[in-house]
Amino acid sequence: MIAVQDRKIALWNIGVAYTAFLIGTLCGLLQVFIRNDALQLPAWLDYYQILTAHGVLLALVFTTFFIFGFFITGMSKSLGSFGPKVRLFSWIGFWVTLLGTVMATAMIVAGEASVLYTFYAPLKASGFYYVGLALVIIGTWISSFALVGHYRVWRKNNKGQLSPLFAFMTITTIIMWIIACLGVVATVLFQYIPWAFGWTDTIDVELSRTLFWFFGHPLVYFWLLPAYMAWYVIVPKILGVKVFSDSLARLSFVLFILFSIPVGFHHQLTEPGISNFWKFLQVVLTFMVIVPSLMTAFSMFATFEIAGRKNGGKGLFGWFTKLPWKDIRFTSIFIAMAFFIPGGAGGIINASFQLNEVVHNTLWIVGHFHITVGTPVAMTFMGLTFWLIPYLTGRKFTKSMKVLGLVQIITWSFGMLLMSTAQHLLGLLGAPRRTAYSGYNDHPAALEWFDGILTNHVTMAIGGSILFVSAMILIYIVVMTMFLSPKAVEPKDIVDFPLAESDMSRTPKWLENWWIWIGLALALIVIAYAIPISQMIHHAPPGSEGFKTW
Amino acid sequence: MGQENREPETNLKGTLVSVFVVGLIIIVMWVAVYLLYVAR
Amino acid sequence: MHLHKYEKIWLVFGIASLIVFLSVVGVSAFSQDHTPAGGMETIDPKKVSETAPFDNPGVTQLDDDTYQATIVAMAFGYQAPELKVPVGKEIIFKVTSTDVVHSLTIDNTKVNMMVVPGRITTKSYTFEEPGTYLILCNEYCGTGHHMMYTEIEVYEQ
Ligand code: HEM
Ligand SMILES: [Cu+2]
Ligand SMILES: [Cu+2]
Repeated sequence: MIAVQDRKIALWNIGVAYTAFLIGTLCGLLQVFIRNDALQLPAWLDYYQILTAHGVLLALVFTTFFIFGFFITGMSKSLGSFGPKVRLFSWIGFWVTLLGTVMATAMIVAGEASVLYTFYAPLKASGFYYVGLALVIIGTWISSFALVGHYRVWRKNNKGQLSPLFAFMTITTIIMWIIACLGVVATVLFQYIPWAFGWTDTIDVELSRTLFWFFGHPLVYFWLLPAYMAWYVIVPKILGVKVFSDSLARLSFVLFILFSIPVGFHHQLTEPGISNFWKFLQVVLTFMVIVPSLMTAFSMFATFEIAGRKNGGKGLFGWFTKLPWKDIRFTSIFIAMAFFIPGGAGGIINASFQLNEVVHNTLWIVGHFHITVGTPVAMTFMGLTFWLIPYLTGRKFTKSMKVLGLVQIITWSFGMLLMSTAQHLLGLLGAPRRTAYSGYNDHPAALEWFDGILTNHVTMAIGGSILFVSAMILIYIVVMTMFLSPKAVEPKDIVDFPLAESDMSRTPKWLENWWIWIGLALALIVIAYAIPISQMIHHAPPGSEGFKTW
Repeated sequence: MGQENREPETNLKGTLVSVFVVGLIIIVMWVAVYLLYVAR
Repeated sequence: MHLHKYEKIWLVFGIASLIVFLSVVGVSAFSQDHTPAGGMETIDPKKVSETAPFDNPGVTQLDDDTYQATIVAMAFGYQAPELKVPVGKEIIFKVTSTDVVHSLTIDNTKVNMMVVPGRITTKSYTFEEPGTYLILCNEYCGTGHHMMYTEIEVYEQ
């Protein structure tokens, strides 16, 4: 059991995460009904306002707060209780991030920031929206430095030793995150804020997009790596085995530091201002970042097979039936991983240079990130929630909660299967993303998006409704385990943090020499970005004034 | 790396088949969209 | 560091597949000109209507086999009178924006261009089938984003 003060910080983070989840999924429900013309909004509410809230609250706020809740718990568990300074800065980080969140959300609600979570210039939101987003980033940096500080104390007291796998992976994720944020911090601080407050008249649009995507791709790895951490260090414990290979787990993580950043152009493949050479170079680098995920796929199956065989599974697939399917901590994460197979495959397609033209900004992309962040990541977090909150509150995870949890993950899976399949197929038929209902003057191509079994906005809405029900069940579980479930007194009721053993006796020490990885990462960033960005700046057109087109 | 010392005994045949199924899904999806691209 | 034999097989297979994917798109892009929309030309976004070729948007014939379609995107529509092009000829689309970022996306084709103010996006495409194609904006540009569309007529010669 970790120190009660550390638990409190973690619980507040998780509490904010699920508050955002509640509002965000409600927005999602509205979206699916607006898109199929079943719901008209009152004049004071706009589709794009709701969509901005959905993106910000789920993709940025829910993920970030949950991740820090998980990191704080795991770091306290694996490296020992926080010192007073670490605690103080974890709290400051939390409050700054929360302040930023509240500011940005207030601007969205006020209708001053219907610019979506990507806030592409020259759409000009209230300056306070950008300040809010900047505070969110700065808050995460403060929380990150608190954890790095905690880690350094441990290193000092354990000279020459490799850190525990959980801590190693946390630090990897944080290093990647801090480097990644430099792009968005640069554009928000030096481009958006002066422009939004009227200190400068114009903004260089293409540069702002490029700096945004410098951050935007590693952002998705900031969501994914904590899920991978659960897969690598939590799942084996639930299955009663050790981590499959400590050194390969660490290697795959450091590869993410190297290759998740110099790849942002794969989000800009169909736009002007970047030559084909640099686009293609970053496409190649994007393909490098697939390799650690291939390694992860192998490690996961190997973990399952070893566990299943230990439980008496025979033959080629006998182990599969011997996995603890009734344990929702496992089943949830297993399904999350399964969704990542088509999710990852879709990502390879999106990044395949000209193939991007088929899918770019269509509903395919929406389908894609709901089966990457919306399920593999989010459902891994759900699977963690089932034990993390009871662990932190010292409450029971009762039988009825277990049943509800099962219902929750099954409904989420089923709803998502419907919604994301419909979205993928509609996207291939050309239906655009980020659009309210439109009949496009009854053009036959657009009519096609409303009839069909799977290729139908109605199917998407049915899936979305099931998802919403699932989300509400989850909120119920969260509220119960946070505040209402009975306290665990008997040893059998006490919920533990499942942290697998990892044999690091043969793990090379250089894996934990961060300067190597930071240096290589920076070198790759320079190779991928220095020339195209300097060209962009030198051959910049006159800048753009701001527009408020909503 | 607990397994490594005992590597010859670790039977990972099921894993090998499973990851190849993953590979197959990736290839099938990629080829499908590639053909769609070519057809457009 | 040590890899299980099967993991080696898997990684070799996986990496080889990735290399094949990259080669297929790379060769098709750079040797057959199947590159995505793009271009390095710039323009003053406030002077679009005075700058060639956008001072005279629409379809013009460049030579026997090539046409240029010049289109200005703005919230919430496309300025391009008479969008009619022949089937089987190369059409070079040139698009820019006078305000925010838009897209020019033609349904059921490879034309899916981001339109960025200050920049000119270029894409070359040859229609194989005659018909009336839907053009729409698939990059969020404001309240009327979903009302931003038009059509292009592809006629048989
Ligand atoms: C009740 C569950 C959910 C429903 C019904 C839902 C539905 C939708 C729909 C229909 C869209 C596309 C709207 C459009 O492009 O016009 C969308 C966008 C999006 N969703 Fe969800 N979603 C849900 C949960 C989630 C979760 C859990 C996440 C991530 C953790 C997420 C992340 C996003 C993001 C990032 C966007 C893109 C926003 C944008 O384009 O700016 N969604 N969602
Ligand atoms: Cu990306
Ligand atoms: Cu638009």
